[in-house]
Amino acid sequence: MIGGLFIYNHKGEVLISRVYLSYSDSAAVHYGLPRPGLFSWRNAVDAFRVNVIHARQQVRSPVTNIARTSFFHVKRSNIWLAAVTKQNVNAAMVFEFLYKMCDVMTAYFGKISEENIKNNFVLIYELLDEILDFGYPQNSETGALKTFITQQGIKSQTKEEQSQITSQVTGQIGWRREGIKYRRNELFLDVLESVNLLMSPQGQVLSAHVSGRVVMKSYLSGMPECKFGMNDKIVIDKQGKGGTADDAGKSGKQSIAIDDCTFHQCVRLSKFDSERSISFIPPDGEYELMRYRTTKDIILPFRVIPLVREVGRTKLEVKVVIKSNFKPSLLAQKIEVRIPTPLNTSGVQVICMKGKAKYKASENAIVWKIKRMAGMKESQISAEIELLPTNDKKKWARPPISMNFEVPFAPSGLKVRYLKVFEPKLNYSDHDVIKWVRYIGRSGIYETRC
Amino acid sequence: MTDSKYFTTNKKGEIFELKAELNNEKKEKRKEAVKKVIAAMTVGKDVSSLFPDVVNCMQTDNLELKKLVYLYLMNYAKSQPDMAIMAVNSFVKDCEDPNPLIRALAVRTMGCIRVDKITEYLCEPLRKCLKDEDPYVRKTAAVCVAKLHDINAQMVEDQGFLDSLRDLIADSNPMVVANAVAALSEISESHPNSNLLDLNPQNINKLLTALNECTEWGQIFILDCLSNYNPKDEREAQSICERVTPRLSHANSAVVLSAVKVLMKFLELLPKDSDYYGTLLKKLSPPLVTLLSGEPEVQYVALRNINLIVQKRPEILKQEIKVFFVKYNDPIYVKLEKLDIMIRLASQANIAQVLAELKEYATEVDVDFVRKAVRAIGRCAIKVEQSAERCVSTLLDLIQTKVNYVVQEAIVVIRDIFRKYPNKYESIIATLCENLDSLDEPDARAAMIWIVGEYAERIDNADELLESFLEGFHDESTQVQLTLLTAIVKLFLKKPSETQELVQQVLSLATQDSDNPDLRDRGYIYWRLLSTDPVTAKEVVLSEKPLISEETDLIEPTLLDELICHIGSLASVYHKPPNAFVEGSHGIHQHSADQFAIMKQYFSVLQVWLPATKAKGLEIAGTFSRRQGHMYMDMTFINKALQHMTDFAIQFNKNSFGVIPTTPLPIHTPLMPNQSIDISLPLSTIGPVMKMDPLNNLQVAVKNIIDVFYFSCLIPLNIFFVEDGKMERQVFLVTWKDIPNENELQYQIKECHLNADTVSGKLQNNNIFTIAKRNVEGQDMLYQSLKLTNGIWILAELRIQPGNPNYTGKKKTNATAFSYKLMVHIF
Repeated sequence: MIGGLFIYNHKGEVLISRVYLSYSDSAAVHYGLPRPGLFSWRNAVDAFRVNVIHARQQVRSPVTNIARTSFFHVKRSNIWLAAVTKQNVNAAMVFEFLYKMCDVMTAYFGKISEENIKNNFVLIYELLDEILDFGYPQNSETGALKTFITQQGIKSQTKEEQSQITSQVTGQIGWRREGIKYRRNELFLDVLESVNLLMSPQGQVLSAHVSGRVVMKSYLSGMPECKFGMNDKIVIDKQGKGGTADDAGKSGKQSIAIDDCTFHQCVRLSKFDSERSISFIPPDGEYELMRYRTTKDIILPFRVIPLVREVGRTKLEVKVVIKSNFKPSLLAQKIEVRIPTPLNTSGVQVICMKGKAKYKASENAIVWKIKRMAGMKESQISAEIELLPTNDKKKWARPPISMNFEVPFAPSGLKVRYLKVFEPKLNYSDHDVIKWVRYIGRSGIYETRC
Repeated sequence: MTDSKYFTTNKKGEIFELKAELNNEKKEKRKEAVKKVIAAMTVGKDVSSLFPDVVNCMQTDNLELKKLVYLYLMNYAKSQPDMAIMAVNSFVKDCEDPNPLIRALAVRTMGCIRVDKITEYLCEPLRKCLKDEDPYVRKTAAVCVAKLHDINAQMVEDQGFLDSLRDLIADSNPMVVANAVAALSEISESHPNSNLLDLNPQNINKLLTALNECTEWGQIFILDCLSNYNPKDEREAQSICERVTPRLSHANSAVVLSAVKVLMKFLELLPKDSDYYGTLLKKLSPPLVTLLSGEPEVQYVALRNINLIVQKRPEILKQEIKVFFVKYNDPIYVKLEKLDIMIRLASQANIAQVLAELKEYATEVDVDFVRKAVRAIGRCAIKVEQSAERCVSTLLDLIQTKVNYVVQEAIVVIRDIFRKYPNKYESIIATLCENLDSLDEPDARAAMIWIVGEYAERIDNADELLESFLEGFHDESTQVQLTLLTAIVKLFLKKPSETQELVQQVLSLATQDSDNPDLRDRGYIYWRLLSTDPVTAKEVVLSEKPLISEETDLIEPTLLDELICHIGSLASVYHKPPNAFVEGSHGIHQHSADQFAIMKQYFSVLQVWLPATKAKGLEIAGTFSRRQGHMYMDMTFINKALQHMTDFAIQFNKNSFGVIPTTPLPIHTPLMPNQSIDISLPLSTIGPVMKMDPLNNLQVAVKNIIDVFYFSCLIPLNIFFVEDGKMERQVFLVTWKDIPNENELQYQIKECHLNADTVSGKLQNNNIFTIAKRNVEGQDMLYQSLKLTNGIWILAELRIQPGNPNYTGKKKTNATAFSYKLMVHIF
């Protein structure tokens, strides 16, 4: 498993180090196996610094093998997290663990930075001790961890409290503690989608998909049993069979085909597999209930029409039109169009109908920002780009024009149909729970080649 | 107040000050001091001299302080073993604490202190903790057994902790089960007896139940363990698959990949025509695609695995090529992997889209990526014939860009296209020749020279072009020199009158002025050929070339099967078997992969070597055997075509053992449609030898009136064991001693319920002879020898414990790496 775990700053200095395995040869000697070569953690730590952090070249792989030792790394701002092993470990698990560790640290002390790590190093050791035992990941749900690892140190607990903690950490519902009470039972559902597009200059969709998340904030008392329903085509078709033909026809139109979805560990997967129903006992507070992906019948909120013309060797003329493609009553926000410019650009003149446009030399792009834009509208920008003559033989690669925006609907067409809450032990019913649903569509990688 | 100040104290006398603070009366001060010590430790300062003072702080009811002291102990106990003893009492006491968190903390920490004296004291508390009423303590104790095993394996066995661990598999708490599984898997990595886990249907059922209830990490441990199980029949395999499939919807990508591993492995066991098989295949594709929307590192792991899956079962993802299109902002490692998979999935149906993408990529910034994209265009041309023309014109466009590395890469792939489609695209040669001067890489130069030589008759100034390369002949790489030599000889054979001088020149350069034996040899061969018989020379040099294959970089099938057993792990990321990067791995995985191979190779009596679909209706199934000192290849030929077949013949490629058929194929009558014939082909080992990979690979060509067909099969090694493989006792003793230990290999034979005599009887039937038998401490030791047809002796020692179904064996041989590999194959 993971033999050691290190956190480095950008200079390659070790901020946190935790070693689980010595990779000594006691077992090998015992069974008369070939002895492994000499191994020292100090050398391993240095090897990573020299070969990865200080490497001249861009990192070519997140897994590096140096002298029969494998290094997995993840970078967050300028902090490097490295897991080291000499065994054939489950690579996906190691990365998932490193992500999880980042999540846990963020939940405890915010942004992962050198300062924060130094400020909280005792806490980090304490957390690591709990979530990684002998290199094997253990319960790493922040909700559970926060019940017994606090920054103030543990307060004396009663015996009941102690056994409650341990049964929660090891229990079947490790993500929720018993005895939660709210005066007002309330829940918020956010359907957050990012719509991804790659379009050819001629306006042909090369690939498009929506990756969505359903984020839930639950403030519910007790151990509520929830059931979530959406306009999933498979479910609706199934129900449609039972109802009248007319029903099926009507709902069939509004349902969407989900390519694949994954769930938070609270969802009973076997039930989803057999009945396609989503039932669970939610964690308290905010968490991600599900992720999904769709590729069919996506509403593309914007269309980008580029026109790039080279005028001689020293001038480019660029015209870009954007068209919004949704109900006129809805408003898109935070619209940003990024038009890449060649490296040898010497000057840019821009004229746009709406919003503000600026040439940013440091980013090699013209950035055009529009605060708001209603549906079924169109806007245009034109620019003249002066180029310095170069003798560089290589042509400019023409990176695609990318776009950012936010719209108040789900581009996949997903609709929440219901979220039912049952808590038989406490006296509140589904009707008493206040529920809020919100849809936000954002641009993922939304690119048009030019 | 923050902790960062602890990092800043850096003045001299620091240790002295810390010492004073550690002995301060106030609790808070002491805690502060310990924090400073830990900070110093983290940045690599030596604070071991403070050991007694820190240990003094251990007796506290403050959990945070306790944890800090424990952290210190874990780091320095090894360097101060005598002092560490001071801590033992405190540990033992903590293991009895009423608070389960403290009990668990104590047992967890004790396992991390690698001092023999402390581990001795650990046994009793650990035994108690394994049976603790609190699941949190039990799950910590389970991992502690693995820790102890790493420090003192003998002690774990003697104290019966392995049995306690196995008992925990039936624990009521899913997390305890998961940790017990993890600990047992870890131990079996370094334990030669890899059957520790004792996977039987009852245990499997328990694991599957725990799978639904435990944490995401626990699910990974359990799934990885399940993948090592060999179900007894299809029904069991199917029922396990049914219970594993829901995991494909888990948010944790490692859970998904481990589930994919189990399913990919068990798919082998399901009947291909069943409905369930088809449904399962369909279910695998969406989760694999979803993995690509994760973070880049996980995407990378997923892509390396998808690369394997696509080679093993291309049908799973053949519709999904679009998701592998490269995004502009993907990290370079993701881009390169996606490109690899795109080439594998390219087909007539999607070639237009793929080509359009590749053309985009060829104008990107990263040199490696661009080169790979250009290469990919060439691969498409070779793979999908209909697209060849478009690919060639795309490549020409790219050559026009004059970007140096693009041009060179394009020329290399165009050579392959010429090989695949001779006499079709030669019109572009003129364009290629324009770029002659810009080629500075050996690959590209060699490719260009090959083209000029191959099409010398169509290039007017071929002699000038080749002559220009000749000037710096000795500065060229070997590859270019060899190609140039051949190209000029070709040119001479095509235009003998004008190029006599040139050929003289190159032959003398190659034979007289070069130190490279390969080059000299080739030069002499050409020279003699040309001087003795120009007609034969023409036949040899200008003969028709064999076709090049459509796929490249395919992983060899046995390795692929092994890697499929390792989906999700580092082996699948490196595309290497674990023993290639793990020292002394005797992994349980290794063992299961072997079984997997054995299941497929040897247990089926007749194996279909050549399916009818690949050989225009001829199906060949066969096996190898050894009877009365002779080797035979037993085959069944079936005619599934509509016409009759005659004129059969067979030929072997050179192979590791020099196996050749001693008689022609004994089929003398025409084979009618739907008729089959059984034949036995006697073999001998006097043919030419060439090392194959795997060693026992045999490539066979079979001809009939319709066509020539090729297939390869694996020869079971036991047919090479000769009858006179019994060594003299004295010779055996001397040889055994003489063989150095490096040539020794240890292995285990599992689940073999036979006694020593029956074993030696059985082995004798396979020409493995028992030289001596003795009884040492209740164990039977058998000393054995065997001889291969090529004269290599292999000596073995077999240790059999009555009542223990697992045998330990040692093998020695006096030959080199060659025979070393051999042994791996036998067992």
